Amino acid sequence: MFKFFVIPGHDRRLIPEGRLSGPMPWVIAIMIFLTVLTAAAGLAMTRAMSDVSDELSSRATVQIIEANPQVRNRQADMVAARLRTLPLVEEVRVLPPEEIDALIEPWLGTQDLADDIPLPALIDVKLARVATDAEYQSLRSMLQSIAPGARVEPSSGYIAPVISLVRSFQWIAFGLVGLLALATGAAVILSARSALNTHTETIAVVHLLGGTDQQISRLFQRRIALDALLGGLIGLAGGAVIIWLISGQLSAIGSGLVQSVGLDWWSWLIIAVIPILGMFLAMVTAKLTVTGALKKIL
Amino acid sequence: MDEIVRFDNVGLRYGAGAETLADLNFTLYPGSFYFLTGASGAGKTSLLKLLYLSQRPSRGVIRLFGEDAVTMPRERLPGFRRRIGVVFQDFRLVPHLSAFDNIALPLRVAGVREKDLETPVTEMLEWVGLGDRASARPATLSGGEQQRVAIARAVIGRPEILVADEPTGNVDPEMAIRLLQLFEALNTLGTTIVVATHDIHLLSKIPGAQMMRLEKGMLADPTGSLRHPPLPHDQTQ
Repeated sequence: MFKFFVIPGHDRRLIPEGRLSGPMPWVIAIMIFLTVLTAAAGLAMTRAMSDVSDELSSRATVQIIEANPQVRNRQADMVAARLRTLPLVEEVRVLPPEEIDALIEPWLGTQDLADDIPLPALIDVKLARVATDAEYQSLRSMLQSIAPGARVEPSSGYIAPVISLVRSFQWIAFGLVGLLALATGAAVILSARSALNTHTETIAVVHLLGGTDQQISRLFQRRIALDALLGGLIGLAGGAVIIWLISGQLSAIGSGLVQSVGLDWWSWLIIAVIPILGMFLAMVTAKLTVTGALKKIL
Repeated sequence: MDEIVRFDNVGLRYGAGAETLADLNFTLYPGSFYFLTGASGAGKTSLLKLLYLSQRPSRGVIRLFGEDAVTMPRERLPGFRRRIGVVFQDFRLVPHLSAFDNIALPLRVAGVREKDLETPVTEMLEWVGLGDRASARPATLSGGEQQRVAIARAVIGRPEILVADEPTGNVDPEMAIRLLQLFEALNTLGTTIVVATHDIHLLSKIPGAQMMRLEKGMLADPTGSLRHPPLPHDQTQ
């Protein structure tokens, strides 16, 4: 498949190769740059969604709603103790009042309102696995027998709309990658046709001297594949710099969901492969375009 | 004698117009020399295009090297084209290749190794008097020099048939005779030569040559010689 890369120099001179001299490498560079950014966004969202979903789908929050603080604290301790005995539960943590104050601080400020507002006691529960609806229902019934005001809220419920939104963005990103691949293919077709038109006379001569379609198309494949690879590497370098800068900014934000938006090593590997895929796409498109055009002549 | 080319009721029409070539019936034999003459527009170049497989006829049967060239699958045509040398009227040299590379082109297309083509190409350049212009590009060559490169490219692969369209049109009489001698030498080695020309003086230079005359797309064959094997070249001298 890659035999065209080892075409002897004298054959290469038949169709002159001007590195970076035409628009083709730069068009490919822009396409690959956009593809790298879009793919990075899609992959980062996939990772973030996966991390957040895995983390939250096996977590639940138990609220003890009771106006009397002493009763509330006692019920919270009893509920926590009961939870620790369950095989479904892996970890139980009763949130201290300071942490609850910190949670409501963005809405109520730093004033000490805990005495005036009956805040529920919160128990963070990490489950051994993702619980079913029936298991949550059973857990609610059991805990309400200890604390009538107990509510069990699966954490996945809070994040579901966000996950749905992120999933939409993710599909949009991968859709855009597909559209960019189509646009790249279209650019290669135009470039191959333009090169064919430029070298019509040379092709006709080689053809009449007994050159096969394969011999002729290899010349164009090599030229276009090298243009695509060169453009792809430029696009990848530009895209990688932007991703690196954005990653730095996201790390600085330090917020839970945003912080999990990042690329792991296999995401980087996929991104690094994009120029190769671009070259492969260009090579196949060029071959189909050139052989299609050659078949129209005898 | 085996036939190398046979035309039976061949006609050629471009688009919806009248037939450019009509009712061509002739046979070419291996090792023979043919001159194709006729007024401008008589269809000489069209007939040569049919011979060097650049065009399929609109009707009739063409047998080339014993096979039907009209219905031959396209994939097999390159192999047949490599057995035919062509000198185009407009030379059709590759402008960005040197004289050496232009002449070496048929050998490279045929897959000859680089070390095996240096000697024959250099010898051919010497033969056509361009030994010192090996690295010159066509644009820097005169019309006559370009024509000699075109001829050298056509004969370098020792084709079984050589088809030449006005091969001496741009060279001086002395060079014209030298080129004809080259054709004749190839002919004595067994190559069938078909030369389309306006130059009636050339016809007398090859005594054993047959003449094909086209008139308004039809072949005038006053002697009927094209229907019968010509005498071997050496018996005509």
